[in-house]
Amino acid sequence: MIRDITIGQYYPANSVIHRLDPRLKLVGTFLFIISLFTFNTFYGYIAVTLFLVSVIKVSKVPFRFIARGLKAVVVILLFTVTFNLFLTPGDPIFKLGFLKITREGLRFAAFMGIRLMFLILGSSLMTFTTTPNQLTDGLEKLLWPLRHIKVPVHEIAMMMSIALRFIPILLEETDKIMKAQMARGADFESGGILKRAKSLIPLLVPLFVSAFRRANDLAMAMEARCYRGGEGRTKMKPLRYHGRDYVAYLILLLYIAILITVRILEGLL
Amino acid sequence: MQIIFDKINYVYSSGTAFERHAIKDINLTIHKGEFVGLIGHTGSGKSTLIQHMNGLIKATSGHIYFNGLDIYDQDYKLRELRSKVGLVFQYPEHQLFETSVFKDVNYGPKNLGLDKLEAEVRTYEALKMVGIGEELWDASPFELSGGQKRRVAIAGILAMKPEVLILDEPTAGLDPRGRDDILEQISVLHKESGMTIILVTHSMEDVANYVDRILVMNQGSLVMDEPTKTVFSRYKELEQMHLAAPQVTYIMNALKQEGFHVATDITTVNEAKLEILKELKK
Ligand SMILES: Nc1ncnc2c1ncn2[C@@H]1O[C@H](COP(=O)(O)OP(=O)(O)OP(=O)(O)O)[C@@H](O)[C@H]1O
Ligand SMILES: [Mg+2]
Repeated sequence: MIRDITIGQYYPANSVIHRLDPRLKLVGTFLFIISLFTFNTFYGYIAVTLFLVSVIKVSKVPFRFIARGLKAVVVILLFTVTFNLFLTPGDPIFKLGFLKITREGLRFAAFMGIRLMFLILGSSLMTFTTTPNQLTDGLEKLLWPLRHIKVPVHEIAMMMSIALRFIPILLEETDKIMKAQMARGADFESGGILKRAKSLIPLLVPLFVSAFRRANDLAMAMEARCYRGGEGRTKMKPLRYHGRDYVAYLILLLYIAILITVRILEGLL
Repeated sequence: MQIIFDKINYVYSSGTAFERHAIKDINLTIHKGEFVGLIGHTGSGKSTLIQHMNGLIKATSGHIYFNGLDIYDQDYKLRELRSKVGLVFQYPEHQLFETSVFKDVNYGPKNLGLDKLEAEVRTYEALKMVGIGEELWDASPFELSGGQKRRVAIAGILAMKPEVLILDEPTAGLDPRGRDDILEQISVLHKESGMTIILVTHSMEDVANYVDRILVMNQGSLVMDEPTKTVFSRYKELEQMHLAAPQVTYIMNALKQEGFHVATDITTVNEAKLEILKELKK
């Protein structure tokens, strides 16, 4: 039941996007998000859409799988769109009582909706095609220069990878404990707020106990293998750029260049 | 006939990349008062199968009948089913949460909506049944040893007085003494109250000693469903499924090959002793 949450989940497939260097994917996602907010014109969005659709196609992750991530934010999405639709002042094109839709509102709501959707699609595409380990490796490497200004880059990356690793474990554990308590007649669904909050105690106590036990075991296992922080630590699979990564960087540059050209052309028209 | 499985299939994470067909076309009947063993290699689907019996997971396809009623009917009360089919999970001690042993065991009966006295009487009986002495009733369940925790968790289900008791590897990780104690108590329970019992285990000795009938799972399918002796006489097939017969069965087979006239359908040490003595007296 709980396992159907897909945000931040890896989807194994054999595609170029999966094989790309995680640093590139982080930079690419970052650039993509910036482009969403800076090139918000009609033709600009055509280019952005084309880009996103082709990357999804190449990644071989089924679209319905990525789209499931949208379900989680559908409420926020509707909220934003409705507010923008009705509350933007300007040239009215439709009126019903105190509700009115303006031309500007329509435009704004459409862009806002698309922007949010693309934001989710783009970033979930990154997590779908990159394992959590790769992701933290990439982040560590990207942020590595920051250690000169005393940022504990390795520790941050390690904490992140452990946290990411624990998410599915804890979800599984929650599922198991929930079932075990349901077998003892627990009822997590009915009753008022107070009763429901109380019914969570039999779930939360064992969950915390098990999280602490696991954390303790993990710390023990790390010590037993002589872990002592990032100092002098080498990697089994060090990140190295390949030919395809340089090509991908070129494509990213091209993408930005096209967007800028579109913007300039639109300015001229 | 208490539980009937009719062509049950279950698929985990259906429609994703992690799809897994864990249970395939299972047909099965469990009769009232039986003591059934369920064995199978790791990942063969035992835990998944038993979670269907009290409606914790809903089959992807197929029907389950409990005491003649379809449990997937619109107005079937699943909570009532769960009070009649008690399921003790693998490592049940991980579900303890209360501040005292007594309160923890009391949680199940309280959920049944019994009055306070009745619930406490059942708690009292259940704790007695699993052999947890009164001096431990006020202790925190987290202070107990592993074996004691396990007993408290089993008492938590027994206190609900289920008609069917399902135990998922109740002896995993216990010492031999603790293992025998728990199984012995379950066996007594079966004899005295006529409770239907389904025991999931990796120990062939355990099933040989206690159960009348064995179900064998392999890669999600039910491949054998026969009396204990018949199943173990097919130990060649069991070996192909990464299972085995009890060790005494192998000894008896070896003796037979050495020319002793002993039966080979022996599954417990006691039977083996009698059989060997008989042969020596001849
Ligand atoms: N919650 C789950 N989500 C996805 N797949 C699962 C889940 N639980 C079990 N599986 C898969 O279903 C299959 C059957 O698992 P199950 O736990 O029923 O096996 P088992 O026979 O109880 O094994 P064991 O003897 O190790 O307890 C396994 O391949 C397992 O990977
Ligand atoms: Mg299991």
